[in-house]
Order: sequence, then structure tokens, then C-alpha cells
Amino acid sequence: MTDLAVSFRGVGKKYRYFTLDKIDLSLPQGQIMGLIGPNGAGKSTTIRILMGLVHQDSGEVRVLGRQMPGGQVAAKWDIGFASEDMRLYDSMTLDWHMSFMRSIYPSWDESYAQVLLKRFGIKREQKLRGFSHGQRVKSALLLVLARRPRLIVLDEPTTGLDPVARHEILRELTSAMADESRTILFSSHNTQDVEQISDRITFIDRGRIIDSMDKETYLDRWRRLRLEAPAGIQLPALPGIIDVKQTGRLAVATANAFEPELAQAYERTGARVQQIESMTLEEIFVANVEHSRFEQSTEEVAA
Amino acid sequence: MDEGFIISQSDKRPIYLQIMEQIKQRIAVGDWTEGQLIPSIRQLAVDLQVSVITVKRAYLELEREGVIVTQQGIGSRVSSNPGLGMRLQEQELQQHLEQAIRISALLGIRPEQLEGRLREALDKIATKELV
Repeated sequence: MTDLAVSFRGVGKKYRYFTLDKIDLSLPQGQIMGLIGPNGAGKSTTIRILMGLVHQDSGEVRVLGRQMPGGQVAAKWDIGFASEDMRLYDSMTLDWHMSFMRSIYPSWDESYAQVLLKRFGIKREQKLRGFSHGQRVKSALLLVLARRPRLIVLDEPTTGLDPVARHEILRELTSAMADESRTILFSSHNTQDVEQISDRITFIDRGRIIDSMDKETYLDRWRRLRLEAPAGIQLPALPGIIDVKQTGRLAVATANAFEPELAQAYERTGARVQQIESMTLEEIFVANVEHSRFEQSTEEVAA
Repeated sequence: MDEGFIISQSDKRPIYLQIMEQIKQRIAVGDWTEGQLIPSIRQLAVDLQVSVITVKRAYLELEREGVIVTQQGIGSRVSSNPGLGMRLQEQELQQHLEQAIRISALLGIRPEQLEGRLREALDKIATKELV
């Protein structure tokens, strides 16, 4: 169980306008990792390095026990990858694409492919040209899943989908995890998808990993404290608190390392704790990005 | 496939708490009985379309509370604990009472006022339904 399907150690890549900064990442086999971050944060670059499509300048990447990019040809038999810019041939039918995959991959599972066709409501005899965006995404996922790869890597699988299609995709991804030896890594802007199905969360912003840990621990560390301050007192940001917003006597403190002790510490300053709320991943996402950018900008000023 | 679990996105509580509550309700009403084998963590995760780690968290907490018992290699069962269903209903009542106290504190209602309100509510329902 502790076998790592994916590990990054100090991985860097420099472009003219973007730098991926010493990324560390580990994804145990049997888990789903959600990679989140704003546009241009480095999610796709990270995925491309993982796939051996882009070569890192420094650091070590291991995927299913193979060193990348050197082992990419061997590793690809076990990895299923789908991204938005994946080439499907418009003038060909889905059936043609399926036969093509079947001829290359001995692991192709035709009966599973048929089940997926039915669940996704797509027709194998139809040409890709006539497919909607949602149908294309589902086709791409079908072509990946029916190979039954050990590692599934998806770049923005749910972007631009209607709620029903999104739901269908999430259902197939979680069903695929009934097999404990399978691992999924996917990137998304949709924090709700990530919160729902991932075991681990990795946050990227501006080429840096801000956080990477198991989801339950992560969500548990963040809390919003609603406080009532004594008249005329500005409440401090105690350790573990990244932000305090106070207007008049009412204050909201955001904790990224919450302990029950924190509430007591505020009460000792004379404040009354009205409520302690858990936060959604979406709220955490925004608070975290703002906080890390603020820290980065103060670092730059100091340097 | 275990139908009937609803993970609500408008419910502000974390998903693991929602799972815990729905398992407790099943036991409280007697749908899941003492000693009964319940779905494996991975199976329930697949059924609910949530991550394994979330269901694992819910099961761990339920085990800590003595609601279920997990045996390595066998699975999890509803614990054989006489009166468990009653205790869970009792807990649910307690939670509702505490929630009422919190909301009234936010509204600035004093404890004696809250007592009065509770008595009023009791009278109202008693005359309508219980008689």
C-alpha cells in the first residue's frame, strides 16, 4: 500500500516567463490525487513532466517505479493519459479509435468499453466531427479507461462539462478505484470535484507547491472563527491564523493550522468566540492563494 | 450498491460527518441492525462517489464512538451494543438542543427566554398532535 505510483523530488523546469520551482510530490498507489491551482500555476507542466512529454531541468521523477523521462516508453503501457488537446480524428468514427487502441494495447477490455459506451450514451459508429464537447471528453476517457491502465492521468477532465456529464465522469473515476492497485491523478479548477473524489490534494500556485497532503487532514486544518472583540480592541493574528478581518467589534479569523487551543487563546484576549466553521475547498483555495501571494510579495520586498 | 445515502453540497458540514450521521440514522431506525456487516470502506466510497480517505475517516470516528467495530480482513459491523439505536437517537436530540442554544445565542436570546420558548413550543405541539 505504501508503494508510490508517482514521486517528484526537487523537480524544476525553467521557461522564459515561467519557472516550476523544485516540486516535491508523492502519490501512493490506490489513491486519487487532485491537483489544483489557478490558470498558469504549473498544473499542466507538472503533468507533462510526469508523462515524460516535457523533460525537467533538474530533479528526479519516478512513475510506477520507472525513472522519467528515460522510462517513458515502458511506463506508457501502464499509464492512461487524457487532456483537452488530445488528438482525436474528426473524420473517423469512435469505433475506429477503439479498434486502433485495441490493436496497440493488449490490455484493452472490450466488454468494459461496451459498458462505458452505454453509460456515457455515446455511439461507436458516429464520426467524432459530430460529437459535442462533452461527448468528446467522454470518448477520450473511454479510450483511456478501457485499457485498464494502472495509472490514470487526466488534465482538466471536467472543464466545460454540463452537470450531468461531470457527474458521469466522476462516477466512472470513483468506480475505477474499486481496484486498489489503480491510481488517479487529475488536475482541475473545480474545487468541488477535487473535494469530493480525491484522497490527496496538491495546491500549486505560480510554479510552487503550496500544500500537498491527505485531504481529510488538510480540510481539518482550516477553520473560520467568528469572533466578537472587546470594544476598541483590534484582535491579533495568533499563530496558526493567516488572516483577521475586523470591522467594528466583529472579526473573522481564518486558521490554516487549527487547534481547539486557538479558540481558548482568543478568549484569553477578551474576545468571545461566536462560531467555528469548517471551510469548503473552494474557500480554502481562495484564502490560500491570497495568503501565499501576500507572503511571496513580502519576501520579494525583503529581498 | 447501497442506495439512499445523500451527500449534500449545500450542507456545510464536511462529507465525513454527513456519512457518519447517515450511518447512525440507519442504525437508529433499525435498518442496520446490531452485528450486521456493513459495506467495506472502498465499496462505500465507490457507491457514494467520494474518496476512500473520506469514508475511512467516517468509519474511524464511528469506531471511536463505539458505533461500529472493524476487524482486519473481515470488515466492519454495527457494534453489538444493546440500546445503541436508542443512544444514537438520544445523541441526535442532544445535537438539536445544542443547535437551538447556539442559534439563540446568535440572536441574543437569554437562557430564560429560551426556556420559555421551549415551553411554548411544547404546549403548541402537545395540543395539536399528541393529544
